[in-house]
Formats: sequence, C-alpha cells, structure tokens
Amino acid sequence: MPVESIFPRLEPVLPRVQKPIQYVGGELNSQIKDWDEAEVRWALMYPDAYEVGLPNQGVQILYEILNEREGVLAERTYSVWPDLEAIMREQRIPQFTVDAHRPVAAFDVLGVSFSTELGYTNLLTALDLAGIPLEAADRGEDHPIVLAGGHAAFNPEPIADFLDAAVLGDGEEIALAITEVIREWKAEGRPGGRDELLMRLARSGGVYVPKFFDVTYLPDGRIQRVAPNRPGVPWRVDKHTVMDLDQWPYPKKPLVPLAETVHERFSVEIFRGCTRGCRFCQAGMITRPVRERSITTIGDMVDTGLKESGFQEVGLLSLSSADHSEIGDVAKGLADRYEGTNTSLSLPSTRVDAFNITLANEFSRGGRRSGLTFAPEGGSERMRKVINKMVTEDDLIRTVTTAYENGWRQVKLYFMCGLPTEEDEDVLAIADMAKRVIQAGRDATGRRDIRCTVSIGGFVPKPHTPFQWAAQCDHETVDRRLRALRDALRRDKEYGRSIGLRYHDGQPSIVEGLLSRGDRRVGRIIRAVWEDGGRFDGWSEHFSYERWTACADKALAGEPVDLDWYTVRERDEVEVLPWDHLDAGLDREWLWQDWQDAVDETEVEDCRWTPCYDCGVCPTMGTEIQIGPTGRKLLPLSVV
Amino acid sequence: MPEGPAPAPVIQRLRVRYAKRGRLRFTSHRDISRAVERAVRRAGIPVAFSAGFTPHPKISYTGAAATGVASEAEYLEIGLTETRDPARVRADLDAALPDGLDIVDVVAAGQAKTSALADRLEASEWRVRLDGVRETDAAGAVAAFLDAPTIEVERLTKKGRRRFDVRAAVSALEVETLAPEPDRRAAEAADVPCAILRMVVRHTTPAVRPDDILTGLRQVADPAPPSPPLVTRLAQGPLDAVTGELADPLELDRGTRPGRETVPPSGDDAVTARGPAPTQSDPAAGADVAGARS
Repeated sequence: MPVESIFPRLEPVLPRVQKPIQYVGGELNSQIKDWDEAEVRWALMYPDAYEVGLPNQGVQILYEILNEREGVLAERTYSVWPDLEAIMREQRIPQFTVDAHRPVAAFDVLGVSFSTELGYTNLLTALDLAGIPLEAADRGEDHPIVLAGGHAAFNPEPIADFLDAAVLGDGEEIALAITEVIREWKAEGRPGGRDELLMRLARSGGVYVPKFFDVTYLPDGRIQRVAPNRPGVPWRVDKHTVMDLDQWPYPKKPLVPLAETVHERFSVEIFRGCTRGCRFCQAGMITRPVRERSITTIGDMVDTGLKESGFQEVGLLSLSSADHSEIGDVAKGLADRYEGTNTSLSLPSTRVDAFNITLANEFSRGGRRSGLTFAPEGGSERMRKVINKMVTEDDLIRTVTTAYENGWRQVKLYFMCGLPTEEDEDVLAIADMAKRVIQAGRDATGRRDIRCTVSIGGFVPKPHTPFQWAAQCDHETVDRRLRALRDALRRDKEYGRSIGLRYHDGQPSIVEGLLSRGDRRVGRIIRAVWEDGGRFDGWSEHFSYERWTACADKALAGEPVDLDWYTVRERDEVEVLPWDHLDAGLDREWLWQDWQDAVDETEVEDCRWTPCYDCGVCPTMGTEIQIGPTGRKLLPLSVV
Repeated sequence: MPEGPAPAPVIQRLRVRYAKRGRLRFTSHRDISRAVERAVRRAGIPVAFSAGFTPHPKISYTGAAATGVASEAEYLEIGLTETRDPARVRADLDAALPDGLDIVDVVAAGQAKTSALADRLEASEWRVRLDGVRETDAAGAVAAFLDAPTIEVERLTKKGRRRFDVRAAVSALEVETLAPEPDRRAAEAADVPCAILRMVVRHTTPAVRPDDILTGLRQVADPAPPSPPLVTRLAQGPLDAVTGELADPLELDRGTRPGRETVPPSGDDAVTARGPAPTQSDPAAGADVAGARS
C-alpha cells in the first residue's frame, strides 16, 4: 500500500508557525528509504521539541542501526509545538515523520525514547495527532506497536495503558531483535494478530507488555501483586546490556540539523554505565556495569564523525567522563590531532576528584575554552556521605584553585536540594562552599573578577535506586531552603556579588516525582492533564502545577491514594513497588541495605577499583565490568 | 590564559552566490550560517578565523532573504588562508551542503579598487506566486500601484511600528503572462487561479520587502491572496537605470583576474555580460521537485 507524503499539505501552513525549519527534515545524513521495499518500518520519536530531540544520541543510534539493515526503514518524529498542533487539528494533518513526512500511523512500530517522565503528555499528543487510539486496549490490527524505551521506561507503569510494550536498557540489540520478530510475524501473514505479535515479544522476557500483567491493590492503596495474566509470560522482564561497545561504534554519520538545537556538537559515548554509586543517580544504577569504549575506537569515531558532520566541537559523553581508564591519553591524543583546526573538545560530566587540570588544558588547546562545571551535589560533608558523593570540600577547593591558577575565571557548581535527611543547614552550607571557592580563586590569582555560579535542582527519588523508598521533600520546604540560601548569598557583602545562583521552584519536581514512582493509576492523571491542555511539561512556560494537582485530585477521587501518597511518603521494605517486576539487575536487598547505609551516612567505594560490593547486576545479567587500560595510543591521522 | 599564535591571514576572498530552494527556504539566516560553516569544514576549505577567545570563521553574508522566502541569488564572502580554485570550491561546497542549499557561482574577489559586494547589490528581482488570485485581478492591482505616486504601508520593524513609502523603491512590477509553468499548471489543474508577479525592488532603508509591496497592492486594489504567497528572489545586483535590469554583481570580479586591468564596466557591458541569466533558472520547479521528493 503506497503511503503518501503529507508534505504538500504541511508546506502551505509552515509560514504560519514558529521555526518552520524544524518540521522539514533534510538534515545532513538523514535518509529516506523506499517504503515498499521495507518489511519492517520504525517511526522513532523523541517526545519533545525538535531542538531538544534531534541531538538525542539514543534516537540517532537506533535510526542508523535500523536503516543500515536491509528491509528495515526508520524515520524520526518529534513533538510539534502547540502552534502547529492547532493547525494540524484544524486541517487534519496527521503526526508525521520529518524524513519523508509519512504519517506515523502507517508504521509498524512507534518507538518512543523517554529520557524524562515529563514527556508523557507529549506522547498522548503524538498518538492523538497520529490517529492512534490513546489506550493500547483500543488499538486494532493495523495500528503501530507503541513501544517505550529510555531511562524512564524502567518504570513505565504510569503510561502502561498507553503502551503496547516497553524495553529496558540498551537499545541496539533489542531493537534489531524486535525487528526480526515483526518481520517473521508479517512474513507468516500476521498469525494471531496483534496479540500474537505481542506474545512473541513478551515470551522472551526481554520485552515488557503491560497488558499481559495484572496489578492488584491492597485496601490501603499499596500494590498487592503484579503478575502475568497468561501462560508463557515470564514473571520478570530483564534489561538489555550491550557488551563490547567497540562493536557498536554509533553514530557513525551523525545527523546535522539545519535548525538550531540544544547541542551543536558531535558526541561520542566513551563509556556506558557508572559504578560510583551516587545514591540519587538513576542512570548510574540502571546502566551498570561500566563498559568502556577503547581509546582507538573513540579516536576513529571522532575522526569519522567530524568528517561526516562538519561540527566544530566534540563532546566525550558518559556519566563521569574523567573516569575513563585512558582519559588522559584520549584527551592528549585528540588535542594533538586537532591542534590548530579550531576544533574544541568538551567533557560534559566531570567529577571534582577525578578532574585533573592537565586534562582541562588539553581540552582548551583547540582554541575554545569551555566552562568548568563540578557537581558536589550536596552542600555539607554529611549530605555528601548520605548520597555517596565522595568528594570532600578540600578536594573541591584544591581543584578549583588549580583551575583558577590556570586561567579560568569562573566555575559552575551543581547541587541538589530536597535530598533525603536534608536539613536547612545542609543547603545553607552551599553558600559557605561557594564563598570558599571564590576566596580560593582570589588567593590563587590575586584578582577580584573571580566568579562562581551555583545551579540547584530539586531532588526526585527514582526507581531502581536506593532512594526509591525515600520520601520526596515537599516543594514548600525546597522553596523555603532555596530562598534562605539566596538571602544568605545576597546579604554577603564580601562574596555575594561574585556568586550567581540559579534554581527552579520545587513544584515541577513533585510532578516529576509522581510520574517517576507512579503506578498504573497515575495514567488517569496524565490523561486528564493532557485532555485539559497539558503539553511540554518539561518547559516552565508550559508547565502548570495547578493543572496537575487539580487533575490528580479528580482522577484519584475515591482511591485511597493521592499526590502526596505517591511523592512525599516514605515506603517500607516490604511494600511492592510498581517496578519490582522490571529487572535492572540490582539486587533488591542490596538496594535496601544501601538505603540504610545512606541514612547512617556510610559510604560505598566504586567497584571498578575495589572489590565487588554485590549490587547484583553482573551475575544477574551475565555481564561484567569492561575497562582498560588497553595501552594503545591515538595515532596522528595521515593527511588524505 | 595561554596566548595562541596570531591566526593565519586572509590570502584570498571568495564571493559565493548560493540558492535556497524548495523546503530549505524555511531556513533562517542563522540556520544558513551554521550550515555553511559546517559545510566549509566538511569540504576542507581553508577558511580563515578571527582572532580572540572564540575564533569565528571569516564568512560574511549580505542581506539574506527572509525565512520562508526562496532565493536563487544570495551572496556571501569567505576569507581563505590559502588560494583555492573557485570552480573547485563551488563543487566541494555544494556537495557538502544539504540539498536545497546550492552553490550557484564562486569567484575570487577582485584584487584592488573593486567595490564591496554589498554595495553592488542595489536591487532585487522577485517573483511572487499568488495562489487563488486571477491574473486579471492582479493586473488591475499592478496598474493601480504603478499609477500611484506614493503608497504608504505600515510594518512592525525592530524600531517599532514604522510607516514608509513602498512605491519609490519599485523599479519594475508586472504580472507574468508567459507560457504556463509547472507550478501554475498544477494550480490550474486544481482549479485554483494563480497569478505570478515579477518585481524589481531597490534596496532602501527601511528595506521594502515583497510583503510590503503586497500590502501596498492590497491598499490600491484587492488581490487578497488566501495563503501566504510563495516568494522567490531571482537576482540581486547593480540596477541599470536605463533598462531597469539587474546585472551580475560578480561580473566585476570575473573581470579582475590577476594580470588584467580593472575595467569599470559601462552600462552596456553590465547588461550584456550577465552571468547565468537568473530568469532562466526555475526556482518554482525546484520547489516542486523538492516537495515531490518527500
């Protein structure tokens, strides 16, 4: 069946919308494959605006891997802004892909990557514009399989009713495996319809199909049990872990947008996973174990990526980039290679203790000197012990002193507010730390133009972390502590003007908390919010706390649970958590013990360099730590 | 802060004519400059960089067509640290740019005494497709427009709401009644009337855009196009006061290859020495091809 481009209908309305370029596609390295030759067709969605979604690594990697396969086609779709949404509704233009402007409903799979829960309402917009029924139960034989991935998919329960399936963990291999299952099922003439296809996916234990699980509740609102409701569906669903990242050197041909996007650089993931053990960090917990990409593969990927894209900046991505076993050689090798080419290098995530000024100097040799950002996360020593961020204030002062001595005039510091066991003085300690940082800079340089910017985010307890049982701090307390911190800085004549403070109010974190640790009943709230006009909840100008609370009240009326129950309530050890049947590999008893250790302010060392502390991931998932050093060096590239 | 060596100086300046066609007419000026910078790097063109904390490639743009407006004649200049063959740069840069941002012409800037490129771009030739407007109605509006001594329109500019005359800037304005072309045929096949305007407009301050002229046309008559018109810039260049035609602004550079005298072109030269005749290109066809590809 031929599928027509909707572009002829879209084009005339584009002059009426903001930034029309985001809807036209045509990015460098984008591809359009023949529709009829493809046996399996994926629409990949990042449920946020194009400017945020386009640079997303996950989508770019899957896009390339799927399109490389014969008989497989992948195109991309992003959330449209409300101005275009209104016109699309008025003119009945369906949700489309930006590659060939095909209607999303015509694809076999709509794969949606959720980095954050705040994209849930945008999923509903896309489904509705696509003409796909919002609830999975209402979908027919010809509708795409709506499949969620990304970090938020480790607890997809709040959107379980809207999903046909979800996958946990690394997408490279499972996307191809799902493709093969669909290819076979279609080739056989779609036996058993949609249910049979979902059953084939679920049977392996590697794809979660929410409707094959029933959730029952206790009278007090807690979950009694989550159990498969048909034979052949395993009780637990496993996450996927790609071993040997060198075998998966993607993206090879990064998408280069015409529109301005949030990251204008070529990013290479230098390792996946993190075992630092920061207790608030969901990414660190669910992406274990650490798997490094080798220095030579990194070098090749940077070379290819820059040639294919023309980007002027390379980002070396990971959860803690300075922890790569050969980061020094990587930095020096790349700096040597690109000397004099105005190519800049950046390390987006750097720990205070791992930071080494030689590294930063290497990175600024390319001409541009990016800012230095450190994340002590907690203001007081005690707080940092609770969250297992093993950085002392003296470490930080030593590091920033070196930075200031080496010519930097400004550093950025990241913190969180609302952490478990936090008291007012833990937040006020941020001010003391910032002042010490400024004083260290002044002492090191003899200058007064030293600055430091303090950015603070609200802490949200996440599934599959030791803090999954913790009570989230209410937004009034968070706001009060932040105001007290702001006032303390403002009052300070000696340092106040050298310290910038950035923070958001606490309300959005509460909604994020609801969506992070919610169960299937939260789906009603999401739908109510969306029906009331909720869109782009990650954008402060679109977010409405009042809408969320009003909809939560309405949607949960008659239930023994409410917004507070989901957020500011502490859970006990025996409570069934909505994601207990979804296995990130972490041993539940270990997580509980780590939570107790947090309360006791006991720290845990990184298992890369100390003996295994039995978090459970490697044996459960059949994986292992993969780190160097390889002893290899980056060779200068021969001139072509 | 380590002081680096001074950046390599500019040895050669290339003047580039490029087109934005089809769906890429929705690129903004900033989008284009990012795309060009990346294409220059991909193509391995030895672009010069500015000095300073954040070095920028030396690429300058003359007044770019607005977002949503297609163009066959946009211009930019690139400073190189080594000499390159302009024809080679044309091919390499074109290959490195996305389809729809197309390099039309590259010349090396004349050595001495040639005027700045921006100064040569005295006027633009525009083509405006008005779907839903009958040719006869358009012709009536054009006649009324040309008869008026002044036509004041209002527009929100960066300096606030301004009122200015658009009539004086218009050196030519007519309804095209040539053989049917692809887009008109398509419109007529769909039983929608379609008028095509061609206009030559001087670059003045404040700039008079095709939109302003349509506003002016609406004031003197009422061709009322139902959807935003499809606007294409066909040419920019020196305006011949006698013929009302635009000359190729790069011709002056072509005439100043090393070893040759700089000959200021007479008016006749300027007209006869046109480069690729802008009216021969078919931007509308380009747009249709791009649209059909999707």
